[in-house]
Amino acid sequence: MNTVVEVKHIKKNFGSNEVLRDVNFSVNEGEVVCIIGSSGSGKSTLLRCINMLETPTSGSIFYKGEDIRKSGMKRAEYCAKLGMVFQQFNLFENLTALENCMIGQTKVLKRSKEEAEANAMKYLSMVGMDAYINARPKQLSGGQKQRVAIARALSMNPDAILFDEPTSALDPEMVGEVLIVMRELAKSGLTMIVVTHEMAFARDVADRVVFMDAGVIAEEGKPEQLFKDPQNPRTKEFLRRYLQEM
Amino acid sequence: MNPFTLHTGPMLLSKGFIAESIEILQEYWPMFLNGAKDTIVIALIGTIFGVLIGLLVGVIRTIPVPEYSSKVRKIGMKIVNTLLSVYVEVFRGTPMIVQAMVIFYGAAFAGWYMDKFYAALFVVSLNTGAYMAEIVRGGILSVDQGQFEAAHSIGMTHPKTMLYIIMPQVLRNILPSIGNEFVINIKDTSVLNVISVTELYYQSKSIATQNFMYFQVFLITCVIYFIMTFTVTRLLLLLERWMEGSKTYTIVGSFSDPKSVFKVNEK
Repeated sequence: MNTVVEVKHIKKNFGSNEVLRDVNFSVNEGEVVCIIGSSGSGKSTLLRCINMLETPTSGSIFYKGEDIRKSGMKRAEYCAKLGMVFQQFNLFENLTALENCMIGQTKVLKRSKEEAEANAMKYLSMVGMDAYINARPKQLSGGQKQRVAIARALSMNPDAILFDEPTSALDPEMVGEVLIVMRELAKSGLTMIVVTHEMAFARDVADRVVFMDAGVIAEEGKPEQLFKDPQNPRTKEFLRRYLQEM
Repeated sequence: MNPFTLHTGPMLLSKGFIAESIEILQEYWPMFLNGAKDTIVIALIGTIFGVLIGLLVGVIRTIPVPEYSSKVRKIGMKIVNTLLSVYVEVFRGTPMIVQAMVIFYGAAFAGWYMDKFYAALFVVSLNTGAYMAEIVRGGILSVDQGQFEAAHSIGMTHPKTMLYIIMPQVLRNILPSIGNEFVINIKDTSVLNVISVTELYYQSKSIATQNFMYFQVFLITCVIYFIMTFTVTRLLLLLERWMEGSKTYTIVGSFSDPKSVFKVNEK
């Protein structure tokens, strides 16, 4: 199987605070990986290091087998290959839903306006937001914003999409509409890395679940194995707390 | 007709204050008009150039210098930033009336006799630019970090992020401050009379020294200044509302949208 991205020996310090301590991680084409773990375990930082929103203190990033620092690939060029969906949506406030999905295509990928619009419409209708193309972010609900944000990421036709706790900032009744879209995407064969607290989603959808604890990957495996028969005592502890709540 | 020498007050005995003001206007209106024209032109062009300078300086001062950038770039940015802070601090820290004198007579001292009108534009632009630079910088810093991150995540470089995402938001947010600078400039161009720029205050003073009716003349001047500033603030309010855009949007497929297509989702 072809890996899309791989990070090797990634370390990240914020001052004297070691957030990531030697993490190795990779994702294969078409794979859905869920990263779980308690707050402060380094899940989001790992995701942000993968698409270079944070510069790792040390370690290397490989895109389709090539070290991006040696291949001379520009940072922006690499970022365009990976989509990102944020916890806080981060839709461009000055643009409408449709423009949000077009601007990257026209200004970064240099697609024609017509092509960009057709592509954006395709994904906006996929997430069920085609009726709201004229709305500005301020006029949309959280769930609607997040669906537009997913369409924006898809419109760039990336090799993988990174989801950083996409439902954590949503009201409970809006979580469902976003998860339905994400389930559809997983089925469609999109490569996804999802940092999430939605254990049911991870269990049902993921091909692989990664449990992070204190800046390292403590355990990883198939969801049925990891959820039913965790090996690491930390994983057991974490899952017990979560399953109690569920 | 010097009011200080006449105890009985000829003005009270004469035609009356309003009639006199009208007479002054009838006689001197071309001077008032020319003064007002110079004032508004200098204030407008000065504000426009000032805003452009401010945008440029503000954008340059917020260019990120990440740890991994080269040493040359780091040092270069440091030098540029220091020069720009010196400019901002000096122009914000000295009165415009003094700046006008220093620049105009300084140029003359160096053998360059500047046109007064251009000297005025130059002083007002640089002065406004210094204030605007800080307003723009504040405007950029107040945009949510998530907007930058989202732009980077779709592959935008810093210049593209600024051009397409950040600056449109900044411009909308600082529009009230730009209006404020414009109003301040309409009033503050009056200090340019020290280098004999024929703006409204200078013209008024010339009129008053001819007829000695200081109060009447300057009351007219006062009204003219107010009409100019009030008109400008109203116009800016309209511009703000226009930039704010529509508060509503049409749902595609709804009856209010002429281009709508009614379709049934077959899923």
